[in-house]
Amino acid sequence: MSTLEIRGLKVSVDTKEGTKPILRGVDLTIKSGETHAIMGPNGSGKSTLAYSLAGHPKYKVTDGSVTLDGQDVLAMKVDERARAGLFLAMQYPVEVPGVSVSNFLRTAKTAVAGEAPKLRTWIKEVKEAMDNLKMDPAFAERNVNEGFSGGEKKRHEILQMELLAPKFAILDETDSGLDIDALRVVSEGVNRAKAATGAGVLLITHYTRILRYIDADFVHVFVDGQIAEQGGPELADSLEAEGYDRFLAKA
Amino acid sequence: MNAAETLTTDHSKAVADGSHTHGTGPGFAIPAKSRAERPTSFEPADFPMPTGREEDWRFTPLARLGTALDDVPVDRTAEWSVNPIPAGVSITQIEGADAQLRAVRAPSDRAGAIASARAVRNLLLAVAPGTVVPRPVEIEIAGVGGAVRGHLTAEVGDGAEVTVILTYTGEVELSEFVSIEIAPRARVNLVIIDECASETVHLQDIVVRVGRDAHLRASLVTLGSGLARTNTSVMLSGEGAELDLFGLYFADSGQHIENRVFVDHIAPRCRSRVAFKGALAGQTARTVWIGDVLIRAAAEGTDTYELNRNLLLTEGARADSVPNLEIETGEIAGAGHASATGRFDDEQMFYLQSRGIPEDEARRMVVRGFFADLVRQIGVASVEQGLMRAIDRELGVAHE
Repeated sequence: MSTLEIRGLKVSVDTKEGTKPILRGVDLTIKSGETHAIMGPNGSGKSTLAYSLAGHPKYKVTDGSVTLDGQDVLAMKVDERARAGLFLAMQYPVEVPGVSVSNFLRTAKTAVAGEAPKLRTWIKEVKEAMDNLKMDPAFAERNVNEGFSGGEKKRHEILQMELLAPKFAILDETDSGLDIDALRVVSEGVNRAKAATGAGVLLITHYTRILRYIDADFVHVFVDGQIAEQGGPELADSLEAEGYDRFLAKA
Repeated sequence: MNAAETLTTDHSKAVADGSHTHGTGPGFAIPAKSRAERPTSFEPADFPMPTGREEDWRFTPLARLGTALDDVPVDRTAEWSVNPIPAGVSITQIEGADAQLRAVRAPSDRAGAIASARAVRNLLLAVAPGTVVPRPVEIEIAGVGGAVRGHLTAEVGDGAEVTVILTYTGEVELSEFVSIEIAPRARVNLVIIDECASETVHLQDIVVRVGRDAHLRASLVTLGSGLARTNTSVMLSGEGAELDLFGLYFADSGQHIENRVFVDHIAPRCRSRVAFKGALAGQTARTVWIGDVLIRAAAEGTDTYELNRNLLLTEGARADSVPNLEIETGEIAGAGHASATGRFDDEQMFYLQSRGIPEDEARRMVVRGFFADLVRQIGVASVEQGLMRAIDRELGVAHE
């Protein structure tokens, strides 16, 4: 059982107009096996929370703490956070020309596991995970994210979640740009990875439709860099009916 | 340009619009004349001493050339070693006058003319017509100090096939003129690797004539030398001739690596592909790439594309990239070029590191990936593997 604990997290970004605060004090505790949905309008800081947890250099933490089983996440470098068990499925995965998916996956697995995976079982494991996500085997020889369609990029992100088996996975708008079939395949991948590893999941989304496929234990409404309301799955249903207007009016 | 900006040009479908040039940097100017009018001569006196303002010298730090532009005798040679020479291939010494007679074209600059005029040793590498040479001819040229001038001639006979690997090592001030004749239907794979010590000055003026339906694949790899300047002129003079020219360079602080390419489409229906990629690491790392392509009036059905990409790994490094396309006929199959110089991509680093991959290894993956498609084109497995290791070593040096 692991715990990811976010306390009073404040984050700014540097813009041309000066330092701009985005997160204004976020408190959130996620335990292994739990799924927390973070919902909110565009610009509310959802993605900033995701990238700050992963350690993107653009985001400056000005206050607060993040710990993983008591360890100070904010003191870790980006790669150390991943090796500690954090995983970020990105909304816009980055192209890495000349680096094949298979080489990338093996290198990442070796880094996260601390040793190279046994070749034979690894190949089988990758093939199975790709089959499950309905990915063509030829995919493994393509360059990372290069020329991938939106759906392929998201499958590739969830493929990594399955193979790297993190303690906590942050899924940043994984549902965006997916048609209904791809959304189902990707959601099943998340559920499979979660069932296999008992990971805690932080599911960041603008829309409620992914919650038809992935059950959220908790729903948090994010407005203006803070959690404005928390509840169970029923909160998502009311958002579906009412939208974010009542929160925005309040803000 | 400096590391803070990214410059890109992409004219993948250029049209016949006369001269077509771009460039960056303070000295940029449209050449006064067509590339076709550039003088060539074996007589050093025909080329005045450059001042640094000339189009073909404006990027080169003349003060670092040593004696390469001085028309004076030298008495040194570099050490040659050749793997056992395969049947059908010969390497012989010839007279200077003979070497000049055999040349496919005279040198195009003062350094080339002096290299030939003052060559102490003139070597001729010949491949008999119809010979398919089963393994690469590997020649290592090791500098042992001093000023060396050379004139190297290669002649590949009708229908012959050969791979030649020239590797330069050691410390030397070396200026060479290289003439290569590729007869009709011959297929040549030429690999030139510069791994010289950082004190080395290495100038090469390479002239190639490719005959009817012949094919040249050439890879120019520059990792070493403090100052390396390579002129590569390829005349596609027989109908259906083909060129695949690749260049790969890695400049550290203090290195100036300059490649000046001229592809001359003389005959109809020839195809040329030029791709150079460079990485730069260190405050004073400097690279120059000039890519001139001329499609002459008779060269109908020409298909040409050239590309240069530079990856700036650190602040302060500077890469100049000047593609130039001259088209004298509208009847072409395709002509284009692309040039891009950009900073090392922090987002790529973040992506890899966010998967647990440590910074050093992530950097290595990105740089290896940048070069990977080019390295795979070389077509000699041992060279390809050696090169990936060499790139890793360069990265090690760059971050010590």
